[in-house]
Amino acid sequence: MTRKQKQVLIRIITSAVLLAVAIILDKTISINKYLMAAIYLVPYFVIGYDILKKAALGIFHGQVFDENFLMAVATVGAIGLGDFKEGVAVMLFYQIGELFQSIAVGKSRKSISALMDIRPDYANVEKDGHLVRVDPSEVEAGTVITVNPGEKVPIDGVIESGETTLNTSALTGESLPRDAKTGDEVISGSVNMTGVIRIRTTKSFGESTASKILDLVENSSMKKSRSENFITKFARYYTPIVCAGALILAAVPPVFNVIAGNPSAWQVWLTRAFTFLVISCPCALVISIPMSFFGGIGCASKNGILVKGSNYLEALSKTKYVVFDKTGTLTKGVFEVTGVYPESNITKDDLLRLAAFAESASSHPISQSIRAAYGKEIPQNDAIDIKEIAGHGVSATVDGSTVCAGNKKLMALCGAQITSEHNDGTVVYVAKDGKYIGCITISDVVKPDSKRAMNALKAAGIKTVMLTGDSKATADKVAADLGIDTAKSELLPADKVSEVEKLLSEKQKGEALAFVGDGINDAPVLSRADIGIAMGALGSDAAIEAADVVLMDDKPSKIALAMKISGKTLKIVKENIAFALAVKLVCLVLGAIGKANMWIAIFADVGVMVLAVINATRALKIKSDPQ
Amino acid sequence: MKTYDIDVDCAACALKMEDAARNTNGVKDAQVSFMTLKMKVDFADGADEKSVMKQVLKNCKKVENDCDIYI
Repeated sequence: MTRKQKQVLIRIITSAVLLAVAIILDKTISINKYLMAAIYLVPYFVIGYDILKKAALGIFHGQVFDENFLMAVATVGAIGLGDFKEGVAVMLFYQIGELFQSIAVGKSRKSISALMDIRPDYANVEKDGHLVRVDPSEVEAGTVITVNPGEKVPIDGVIESGETTLNTSALTGESLPRDAKTGDEVISGSVNMTGVIRIRTTKSFGESTASKILDLVENSSMKKSRSENFITKFARYYTPIVCAGALILAAVPPVFNVIAGNPSAWQVWLTRAFTFLVISCPCALVISIPMSFFGGIGCASKNGILVKGSNYLEALSKTKYVVFDKTGTLTKGVFEVTGVYPESNITKDDLLRLAAFAESASSHPISQSIRAAYGKEIPQNDAIDIKEIAGHGVSATVDGSTVCAGNKKLMALCGAQITSEHNDGTVVYVAKDGKYIGCITISDVVKPDSKRAMNALKAAGIKTVMLTGDSKATADKVAADLGIDTAKSELLPADKVSEVEKLLSEKQKGEALAFVGDGINDAPVLSRADIGIAMGALGSDAAIEAADVVLMDDKPSKIALAMKISGKTLKIVKENIAFALAVKLVCLVLGAIGKANMWIAIFADVGVMVLAVINATRALKIKSDPQ
Repeated sequence: MKTYDIDVDCAACALKMEDAARNTNGVKDAQVSFMTLKMKVDFADGADEKSVMKQVLKNCKKVENDCDIYI
């Protein structure tokens, strides 16, 4: 509890005790009426002085019709009519409710900042042979920093020396630690678990992942959802209307009675009017709705899903179409050797070895993937006379023989007859001394998680579309493997925008379209779609900037989880709106016809608020499916 | 666009602060998040941020005397 909260608590206890004493005195001994009123006023002022002051200041500054005003008028009125107990109790319970709310909000703030515990406090920089702790914002890009086991990586960079295991769970929601060695990229916010590493920073602190994520999450509750805006507007009209209602209730029936020649009964109607005011306080809605969204966003962050605003969290639940980019989104975006097909005169390993040696000097992604598949060190002088033949491939002398590796044109060039055909992805044909010895196929590999993503989306009744610049054969194969409804291939970036626009115009009102992508060229589509979802780890900065939702671990299946969190949050929001409004409406009617007394009014105000806040805290605890 | 830490006790009061900040001269737009206790202010072109923020604080105090903005 904060100091402020403690003070309020002490006041609540003091006031409650004094009220109890006053009630006992009232019941047991007969005292002068005015003296009794004075005794009741002590706990009243103990608990309510700040509300009265705020109400007075509010009127002075033209801020009538706020909750302080409602409470002040209702309690002063009740006391004026001689309902001392009720007057003090309303104020007391109102303060209890406020305290409860303040504690609940503080708790949910704390649990979110604990989730986002990635803010690095310092960076270790070497100065004159000693490690010095400095503010990470003072470290320039290109500096070498040291991260000890147990410390957070403060700034993005590349490992210069050292080997370790990193825990990235705060960033990605992935609990499996990741191994990192010299040359690997590390992102800030991950926790170094085992070894000392030295990192050459590649970004400044402000541009680093941890800072960006924190910034994003902190700003997310600024972008308000439609439900929140609705409540804000609602509260703006609602309070004055209720006040007007109370005024009518206090004035019209007594006047009517007088005209009709009956006793005016103004005290009865005035009491009802005050009850009306107490019921009317809109706090339950005003606090619980943003709190639910805040919880939902927090819950998503915990699972490695960054949602940039409550409005996007709201829109996610309405998603009916999910459009995917292929490379880097559904596939890993890295080429891997998927097949080695030797002719009968050579082994698989030898074929791969010869190809890797021939490709040893090239930085082409295809060469890299062949070397990665070979996996062993290539001695520098074992491949000589390496020639790159543009548009064809490479040739080199390995073990005294001429090895050519490349496309069909290269085989024709060196006079080798291709005797086997393979059709998945890119094919590299290999010839030795002019004789064809086999081929290696290379393709982009589908993420192991993509299939699960499609299944989950399908189960939720969502239409899936894949857009890609790749060839039709590759696209159709991926689409068929994953069970995607529609695949459009051989698209230029501009075509992707027009495809998405076409889908946007086709969808029904109230349905949302999400686009999932990772590349720079996806940025226009990401901003055009109702919800842009970017892959955070592989994705380009432009894509992350343009997107509304970022998946930190690049797993497409997180989309379904995000939608589930969104749906549940919205459900909680709707429950709260419906519950609070229904209870208030019923109590208002009961109050108007004199069936609800001040105690029911207190429940309608404080009780409903407490229940709504408790319900709102559930949003933070939405569980992800076991994976 | 700048973000400031704020202190305020209730959600409704945060909304009032948002309104007050928006209606201050030199402020193009303002957003207050009660959950994160932050105010984001988009200044009008050529506005002096310091003096505008002082006025924002003053206007906020008018509608909710129990609030603070850490300028």
